[in-house]
Amino acid sequence: MKPPSEPEATPAAPAPVNPLAGLDQSVSDFSYDVKYDYDAGTGLTPATIDYISSVKKEAAWIREFRHHALKVFESKPLPTHWATKDLETLDFSKIRYYLSQGAQKPKRTWEEVPDDIKRTFERLGVPEHERKFLAGVDAQFDSESAYSSIKEVVAKQGVIFMNSTEALREHPDLFRKWFGKVIPTSDNKFSALNSAVFSGGSFIYVPPGVKVAHPLQAYFRINAENFGQFERTLIIVDEGAELTYMEGCTAPKFSTSTLHSAVVELVAMKDAKIQYITVQNWAPNVYNLVTKRGLAHENAEIKWIDCNIGSHLTMKYPGVVLKGRKARGEVVSIALANDGQHQDTGAKMIHLADETTSTIISKSISVGQGRSTYRGVVRIPKHLKGCKNNTECDALLINTNSRTDTYPAITVQGQTHAAQHEASVSKVSEEMIFYMQQRGLTEAQAMSLAVNGFVNDLVRQFPMEYSVELKRLIDLEMEGSVG
Amino acid sequence: MPETISPTGSFTPDVFAQHLAAQTGLPDWWLDAKRTAWAQFQASPLPTIRDEAWRFSTRSGIKLDGYAPASASASAQLPAHASDLPCAARLVFSNNALAQRTALAADLAARGVIVEPLRDALVKHGDLVRRYLNQQHTNLGADKFRALHTALAHDGVFIYVPAGVEVPTPIAVVHQVTGAGATVFPHTLVVAEANARATIAEFFTSAEADAVQLASGVNDLFAGPGAQLNYIAAQAWSSQTLAFQHNAITADRDARILALNVHLGGRQARHESHSRLIGPGAHSEMLALTVAQGTQEFDHRTLQTHQAPHTSSNLLYKNALLDSARTIFSGLIVVEPDAQKTDAYQSNRNLMLSDTAEANSLPGLEIQANDVRCSHGATTSRIDPEQEFYLLARGIPKAQAAELLLFGFFEKVLGQIPHEGLYQTIRTLIQTKLKK
Repeated sequence: MKPPSEPEATPAAPAPVNPLAGLDQSVSDFSYDVKYDYDAGTGLTPATIDYISSVKKEAAWIREFRHHALKVFESKPLPTHWATKDLETLDFSKIRYYLSQGAQKPKRTWEEVPDDIKRTFERLGVPEHERKFLAGVDAQFDSESAYSSIKEVVAKQGVIFMNSTEALREHPDLFRKWFGKVIPTSDNKFSALNSAVFSGGSFIYVPPGVKVAHPLQAYFRINAENFGQFERTLIIVDEGAELTYMEGCTAPKFSTSTLHSAVVELVAMKDAKIQYITVQNWAPNVYNLVTKRGLAHENAEIKWIDCNIGSHLTMKYPGVVLKGRKARGEVVSIALANDGQHQDTGAKMIHLADETTSTIISKSISVGQGRSTYRGVVRIPKHLKGCKNNTECDALLINTNSRTDTYPAITVQGQTHAAQHEASVSKVSEEMIFYMQQRGLTEAQAMSLAVNGFVNDLVRQFPMEYSVELKRLIDLEMEGSVG
Repeated sequence: MPETISPTGSFTPDVFAQHLAAQTGLPDWWLDAKRTAWAQFQASPLPTIRDEAWRFSTRSGIKLDGYAPASASASAQLPAHASDLPCAARLVFSNNALAQRTALAADLAARGVIVEPLRDALVKHGDLVRRYLNQQHTNLGADKFRALHTALAHDGVFIYVPAGVEVPTPIAVVHQVTGAGATVFPHTLVVAEANARATIAEFFTSAEADAVQLASGVNDLFAGPGAQLNYIAAQAWSSQTLAFQHNAITADRDARILALNVHLGGRQARHESHSRLIGPGAHSEMLALTVAQGTQEFDHRTLQTHQAPHTSSNLLYKNALLDSARTIFSGLIVVEPDAQKTDAYQSNRNLMLSDTAEANSLPGLEIQANDVRCSHGATTSRIDPEQEFYLLARGIPKAQAAELLLFGFFEKVLGQIPHEGLYQTIRTLIQTKLKK
C-alpha cells in the first residue's frame, strides 16, 4: 500500500457532504410528524392488499397479481435453514405496509411538494443536486414518490423515468412485458412479500441506441416507525443503449425495527449496458431484505456496484442472468459491519448462454462485533461452451471479536469453462500501522487510512462524490474502534 | 408426490437384535453405545431438501432398502496391492470379519505398540479403547449413517503407539466386501501418544466390480503432543456401492497429522472429515484425490476447526471428472474466538475431462478471530490445450498424454505419500481405474 502523502487522512475541515447519498447518519437521523392521508394500518391480510390497490386505483390484473403473491408469501417458510435465525424476530403482523400523503401524482416542481416533506428532502439536499449534475431525481418518501423530475434533455431522447406506480398507469404494456419476469413472485419469501404490497420505486425505459450521459438517481427514505418499504424498480435499457442509475437509502433511528424489502429488476437488451449503484445506509434497526437481479441479453453488460454500510441485517445478493451470447455480468460489493450489524451480501451469476463471463469482487470490513458474510452462487450448466467466472472475496477484521463468513457455491458442468474463486481473511498489518505512526499519524488515523486503502480500488468505481462520501463514512465508522 | 422412503430400509429391529445377540464376551459400555446409536439411527430422518449439509447431493440415491445387513463372511481373495505392500503389521477383513493377519514385529510389540482387531482390544485394553472410541464425531450431516455404523459395527482395528515410539513402515488395514447386497462397517481407531510416529495405510475394496453394496466406515485419528501421524486411504468399492466414511482428526500441541484419501469407487460416496486443532502448534494436512467416472457421485464435506491459537491446517482436494460424474466439495474453516494466529488454507481443484461432468464447490470460512491468515480457493477448468499440444507434438498418443497430465495434476498430492511402496501402490490403483 502507498504510504500516506496526502492530508486526506487527517480530519481537519469537514469533508463536503453529499446528503443525497444519504450516507451520514447524523444528517439523516431525523423524522417528521407527517399526517398520512392513506394508511393501510398494521398487519397483512387480503384486505390490506385491496386497500392499497383501491388507493392506487390499479387495474384488475395488478390486484390479482398482489393477491396471488400474498398466498405465495404465506406459503413460504423463512429461509432460516441457511440464513440467520435473526429473521425470526421480524413480526410481520406489526408492520405498516402502506403509508402515503395522497401522492397519487408526483409533484413536478419543487414548489408543489408539501412543506414538511420538502423540509425532509431539503435537509438531505435533493434540489441542490438536481441543479448540479443529476439527470433526474425520483425521491421516495415512505410508500409514494413525493417529487420527481427529469431533465428535459433526457426526456427529449425518449427516456422514460418515473415512479413505478405512475408507470403502471401510463405505460402498462411496456411495464407488464417485463414486470416479474426477471424475479418471479415465488423467487423467495421476500420477493413474494414485495409483489403483494409493492409501492413506488423507479421505472426507467431507455430507447435503442440512447446513451444517457449522466446518472439517473433515486433516493429512498423511511420516515415512519414500524413501516415497511417495498419499492419496486424496473429498468429496461433497449438495444445498444446505456444507463447508469444510482440509489441511496436512509431512515431515522426508531426504537422498533423497520423493514425494507425491495425488488429490482433490470433488463439489458442486445448490446445494452446498465450500471446500477447502491449506497445503503439504513438506520441500524432496519431489516434490509432485497432481491435484485438483471437479465442480460446478447453482448449486454450489467454491473451492480453495491455498498452496504447501514441496517441491522442486510440480505442482498445482486444477480445477473446471462441469457444472451457473450453477455457480461459484474458485481462489485463493499460491506461494512459494525456492532450489532450483520451484512449478509454477495452475488448470483447464472450462465445461460455460450461465452458469457461474470466477475464478482467483494470486500468486507468487520468492526467491533460486526459480522459480514459473503454468500454467492455461480452456475454454469453443461449445454454451454466457453463460460468464465472469476470471484474474489476479501475480508478485513478490525477487532479481536469481529466476525466474517464466506459461503460460495460454484457449479460447473462440462470441460470448456473456467471458474475460479479466491477468498482471504486478514487484519490490518501491524507493520503498516507502525509505519504510519512513525510518520506522525495517530493509531486511529493510521487504521482509517489502512481500511480506506483496502477498499480503495473498489471505491474508485463509484462516482466521485459518492466515493468521497464513502471514504468519509468509513472514517466515521472506524471512530473509536481502535485503542 | 414424493414416494415414502423408509428411513431405516433393510435395517429392521430384528437385524439389530440378532447383531446384539452375537456380541458376546464384550464390555457392557460397548453394547450400551450400540443401543444408543441404534435409537439415534431409527429416530433420525433421511436427508431432506432443507438440509444445508446435503446441498447438491443426490438425495434420491440415498436409500437403505435392498441390503443384506447380516452378510455372511467369506474367505478373501486379496487384491494384489494389499498383499505386496511391505508393512509393519497387516489386518485383513472380509465382510466385517477378520480374515488374515500379519502380526506386529516382536520388538514393536515389546515397546507397547498395539495393532489389534477391535474385538480383541475391547477385551484386552478396554479402558484405553474406551477413552477414544467414538469420542469425536464429524458433525457434518451424515450422523444417521455414523449411528448405523456404531450400532452394527462388528469389528475393526485399534492402533496404539506409545509415547516416543516410531513405527518405521506402514501398518496396513484391508477391508473387503463381497456378495450382492453385502454391508460393511469398517472401523479404524488410531491413537498416537506424545512424540510417537506412525503411518497407517487403509484399503477398501470390493470382490465384485459392480455388486450393490453398502459401506459406512469410521476412521478416527488422535495425535498427542508432538506426535506425527500419516493416514493414507484408498477407497475402491464396487461401482454400485453406497458409501459413507466418517473421519475425525484431533491434533494436540505441536502434533502433525496428514490424512490423504484417494477416492475411486462407489456409486455414491460421501466422505466427511473433521480436523480439530486443540493445542498450539498443531497442524493438520487434509488431502484428497478423486477419479470420478461414469455416473459416480463423490460428496466430500470437510471442516477445519481451529480451537487453539497458533494452529495451522492445509486442505487440498483434487478431483478429476470424466463422463457424467459429479463431485461436491463443501469445506469450512472455523476459527474460534480464541484461536488467534491461525493459519488455515483450503483449496478445491476440479479438472473437467468431459462435457457432461459436474463439479460443485462450496468452500466456506467462518472466522471469529482477527489475527489470522485464512484463505481458500476453488478452481474448475479443463486440461490446458497448450500442454496437451506439447505432448502430442512429441509423438505421445492422446490417451497417454491425458494420463500424464492427469498424474501431473495429482502429483502435488501424490508426492506427499511418505513411503515409496505406498506411493507406487496408490499410483497403480489410479491407473487401473483409468483403464476401465
